[in-house]
Amino acid sequence: MPMDGGIGAATKRREDVRFLTGTGNYTDDINMRGQAYVHFLRSDVAHGRITAIDTGVAEGMPGVVRIFTGADFEGVGGIPCGWQVTDRFGAPMQEPAHPVLAQGKVRHVGDPIAAVVAETREQARDAAEAIAVEIEELPAVVDMKAALEDGATKVHDDLTSNLCYDWGFVEDNRDSVDAAIKGAAHVTTLELVNQRLVANPMEPRVAVGDYNRASDDSTLYTTSQNPHVIRLLMGAFVLGIPEHKLRVVAPDVGGGFGSKIFHYAEEAFVTFAAKALNRPVKWTASRSEAFISDAHGRDHVTKIELALDKDNNFVAIRTHTLANMGAYLSTFAPSVPTYLHGTLMAGNYKTPNIYVNVKAVFTNTVAVDAYRGAGRPEASYQIERVIDKAARELGVDPIALRRQNFITEFPYATPVAVEYDTGDYVATMDKLEEIADIKSFAARRAESEKRGKLRGFGVNCYIEACGIAPSSLVGQLGARAGLYESATVRVNATGGITVMTGSHSHGQGHETSFAQVVAEMIGIDANMVEIVHGDTARVPMGMGTYGSRSLAVGGSAMVRATEKIINKARKIAAHLMEASEADIVLKDGQFSVAGTDKSVAWGDVTLAAYVPHNYPLEEIEPGLEETAFYDPSNFTYPSGAYACEVEIDPETGKVTIERFSAADDFGNIVNPMIVDGQVHGGIAQGIGQALLEHCVYDEDGQLVTGSYMDYAMPRADDLPFYTVDHSCQTPCTHNPLGVKGCGEAGAIGSPPSVVNAVIDALQSGGYKVDHIDMPVSPSRVWQAMQG
Amino acid sequence: MYAFEFERPSTLADAVAALSDGEAQPLSGGQTLIPTLKQRLASPGKLVSLTGISELQGIRVDGGNLSIGAATPHAQVAAQDHYPVLAHLAANIGDPAVRNRGTIGGSLANNDPSACYPAAALGSGATIVTNKREIAADDYFTGMFDTALDEGEIITEVRFPVPQRAAYAKFEQPASRFALVGAFVAQYADGVRVAVTGASNEGVFRWTEAEKALLANFSADAVSGLTLDGAGMIADVHGSGDYRAHLVGVMTRRAVAAAG
Repeated sequence: MPMDGGIGAATKRREDVRFLTGTGNYTDDINMRGQAYVHFLRSDVAHGRITAIDTGVAEGMPGVVRIFTGADFEGVGGIPCGWQVTDRFGAPMQEPAHPVLAQGKVRHVGDPIAAVVAETREQARDAAEAIAVEIEELPAVVDMKAALEDGATKVHDDLTSNLCYDWGFVEDNRDSVDAAIKGAAHVTTLELVNQRLVANPMEPRVAVGDYNRASDDSTLYTTSQNPHVIRLLMGAFVLGIPEHKLRVVAPDVGGGFGSKIFHYAEEAFVTFAAKALNRPVKWTASRSEAFISDAHGRDHVTKIELALDKDNNFVAIRTHTLANMGAYLSTFAPSVPTYLHGTLMAGNYKTPNIYVNVKAVFTNTVAVDAYRGAGRPEASYQIERVIDKAARELGVDPIALRRQNFITEFPYATPVAVEYDTGDYVATMDKLEEIADIKSFAARRAESEKRGKLRGFGVNCYIEACGIAPSSLVGQLGARAGLYESATVRVNATGGITVMTGSHSHGQGHETSFAQVVAEMIGIDANMVEIVHGDTARVPMGMGTYGSRSLAVGGSAMVRATEKIINKARKIAAHLMEASEADIVLKDGQFSVAGTDKSVAWGDVTLAAYVPHNYPLEEIEPGLEETAFYDPSNFTYPSGAYACEVEIDPETGKVTIERFSAADDFGNIVNPMIVDGQVHGGIAQGIGQALLEHCVYDEDGQLVTGSYMDYAMPRADDLPFYTVDHSCQTPCTHNPLGVKGCGEAGAIGSPPSVVNAVIDALQSGGYKVDHIDMPVSPSRVWQAMQG
Repeated sequence: MYAFEFERPSTLADAVAALSDGEAQPLSGGQTLIPTLKQRLASPGKLVSLTGISELQGIRVDGGNLSIGAATPHAQVAAQDHYPVLAHLAANIGDPAVRNRGTIGGSLANNDPSACYPAAALGSGATIVTNKREIAADDYFTGMFDTALDEGEIITEVRFPVPQRAAYAKFEQPASRFALVGAFVAQYADGVRVAVTGASNEGVFRWTEAEKALLANFSADAVSGLTLDGAGMIADVHGSGDYRAHLVGVMTRRAVAAAG
């Protein structure tokens, strides 16, 4: 049994008390004395040339402090991109300028044209409406294929085309893959869309800029998953503020799902304006504004081919994807369809030849960037859909076809440049078959049929590369940042501990699970450990939370720092007990001398560190505070097998999810309840993508689904009770906790099984339907059934 | 929202007087109007709240009729047991917050083409009572977001003749949970009524062909061969006109079956 509150305990999340009782401290809760409010005047057309902006009338409106336009930002840096992809010919991607406020052109509905700072929010909005903007409309570039045609209107006049990059991976595999496909016994081809999504965290984005004229210090409070990255990008590339004069605070953050990783223009604006006006400036996005200014997710159009030999062994995968970048390159946008997608195209299978081609395209739409899973759901969806289609074409059982091709020996180097350290795909599939009660499916189907419903069963496997990432590797791949993590463990005189982690919790429960780890290592109550995050003034330079990296990378840094603490504490304990350090044993918060009854408590040692009356000063310094930076040597590779069982009402096409089972291998687990919660949330988002969510632009670049009236979010009654299991554990081999990460698994692992189940149900009813693009809405199912 | 004046009269007469100002707009539960104001898509000079007028509140049974005060929220309609199908319909509008604020009069005055109450009113042959006159439901709904109400005219009450049997079958639009298609079927001593919401570009309508078939034989089979043309139906990201036309048939059959 795990110790109470230690590793493996399903400790309730301590942060939930404040979240659920309205006592959290979110960015919008921060109000500075004398603050002004900004309202952004945003483009209501998708593409156009700004021919005139007249702010004259607006400037005279009540409460207006100042109106800024693009002209005020000439000479100020643009919003930078944090990843440079090199195309398959060896040239860097096309990288357009991204001004804080539009200069010359607007490129998507929502592009900010002017910013009105006023005494109140309503006054700012009133004045924004009085700004006269003349825009010469240009044709909107919306469809990716059309965007790449010769003579297409260009989103960026100074680029040669709308093509950001044409990327091949691994380019040297291209010919061998072509040859393998040509010589294969069977090739299954599938064209599919991984549709555009809006992240929709519960808390919209907020930013408050503050400036201290006395010290020349700037502070930005923002809804961010990685405040240090914002400090670096905004300070160095946009505003020219050195880091020691810039503090970024991301307090409680109400969900992000990736959309709060990126550095946004509004953050730069409030920081800039606070200094220009010498008063705090606050921006709070409305939900409508979030739809047209938060980075969107996914939006890939793909053709995948899976080649098999005569014995149904996979011999090659070739995939061609168009990836929508939107109008500008968001912070990590170029990496998502490339290194977070192409590297996962082997999936759980030993396919010797793989080639991935991705063309990233600029369009007059909101920028697209990482969204829960980021590239990996797109990879998993292609692989797991095409395998199901191949099984149907070949008349073999889809689970058997998967099992036959599983990777079974580790470490395994894929043809797409990564090496899986551990995994046991047979074990997770075995577990899945058990928890999904696959044996009784036929009876359940018969029962559904009695009620006039079609029942389908679908499975999929998934693999993901998490714990992002070895800095040296990502540096070679074009990352303009390192991806280590930091932690400072500060032990106070009376034994309590404050851990300052570079990870950032925006719903993940780090305050609980991280404390469990430190408490276990020392053998003290978890309530003696406090986790601090999200403030560049308190925490060492860290890289934040995304890519299921917090425990694997941030947790590892914390373990390393705690090990240093324990090593030093042992020295102090040895001195206090006049024993040899080698004989000191730490157990349950007591240091004892092996083979004797001598011991000192944790608190005696920590007190001695700060009151060093009797202390080995010639050997070690007073105090008990250690910092560690941890850079992983590889990604982690969580994996699993998921099963979905649906019913379709053939009269309406409505799909309901009757059962959903998930067998995950996350390696070691610190808090199983939090892991369950992460998986549940991820599956909810995956089901949301599979059945409901769809961000739609019309041909003029207007956002059709700009509110919850048309953008369908999953609700409780859309979702089943899940059966989740994480008893299959192959610990990660290269981080000290043996953990792999669980934040994105549900979103990566669930969409293919849902669609596979829908197709299975339709086929069982005699409908010859091979594929339906997500979201598999009632109208799409019905349409497919009409033939 | 833009600034506006606000009045909350306590009598119908005061409300009518307040609304005589051309800039004024009535406000009932505000479930459509308030979001519209927040989006700055409307700029009335004055809002006249109808929720403080006791004459507009409450539910009473009057012979074979159920009379519902116009400012009665959905939650109260959902709680009455004189017309169970209407209670069921009201109980499935929006969420608890919407049902505790939104009113039947507000819904009928707005006449959203996907709202549920228009189907109930038309399907029940209800009478829309205003401060000036009584309007038969057949004359009241004049198109999408359009009604027979004059400027400044206030719905005071809606009178529903309680049918022998009835049912409402609603297929929800996945995002808004409004009716993608809703069919309200009611049988009275003197005929059968079928009203359809959500589907048509013209707003709620009576499916007279189905009514005739059901008058002859009140069974789901009687309407199973009937089809509608998708050409006049709403087409959007949630479904084509043909899909909606198909759903009208499905929902009508289900309503008939549920009515028993």
